[in-house]
Amino acid sequence: MDFSWFKWLMFIVAAALSIVGSLMMVTRRNAIHSALWMIATFIAIAVIYVMQNAQFIAIAQIMVYAGAIMMLILFVIMLVNLEKDSVPERKFSSRKFTGAVITIMLFFEILVIATAYQITGREAVYSASMLERTGNVRVMGSLLYGQYLFPFELASILLLIGIVGAVILAKRKKE
Amino acid sequence: MLQDIPHGFYFILSGILFTIGAIGAITRRNAIVIFMCIELMLNAVNLAFITAGNALSSMDGAVFVFFIMTVAAVEAAVGLAIFITIFRLKGTINADEVNLLKG
Repeated sequence: MDFSWFKWLMFIVAAALSIVGSLMMVTRRNAIHSALWMIATFIAIAVIYVMQNAQFIAIAQIMVYAGAIMMLILFVIMLVNLEKDSVPERKFSSRKFTGAVITIMLFFEILVIATAYQITGREAVYSASMLERTGNVRVMGSLLYGQYLFPFELASILLLIGIVGAVILAKRKKE
Repeated sequence: MLQDIPHGFYFILSGILFTIGAIGAITRRNAIVIFMCIELMLNAVNLAFITAGNALSSMDGAVFVFFIMTVAAVEAAVGLAIFITIFRLKGTINADEVNLLKG
């Protein structure tokens, strides 16, 4: 059986959902709506990760981004965003317009490079069939606890510093 | 019989998402929405990493994405704490009105 049409279908659906979701995220005036569209975008990107043999990263994307980070953002929106922020925020600004135009020009540069670019370099050993035999998470674990052990430990220290910093910043000062 | 999806398509999708995030970060004023746009740009870069790693059948791209996610989580915690502090101080998180450093 040939399932490549299904791969194409999945890719088109996930790509369309991520593009539409991010566009809606940028254009919605209500910050809560933006956050909900952002979650849809993250899940669509997780689907694309699965198609690229990165199952562990796809699950981590859903748990860390769509779960933890977006929940934090929603909490802060509910704490901070008063209803007066929903008054029309559009005021034409030539600086912002120029910035958007320059960004779109940079996008066309990315487009040219992405279409002309041929990936070169040595092939590593983790092909799709090897990952299927060994298991994606096992390979990730052996890399993280082997070759990348030092950065992994540094990441734990970074997380600790982040926790302490967030608590100190958000704590109410006693007067 | 269809071809497999070329890697260029994934790179183009990554570029589109990055551009949308960058335009949002430039044009929006709500600091939290700007923050979400930056997360979107990080995600676009992650997608490019995963694509390149998959094209070379290497796992290093996925490991890099793992570390980027760690940094993004820390950044979210600290950034949102800063938003709360600014909100206590100024009563708003509109990026155009927060100009304490402007002299």
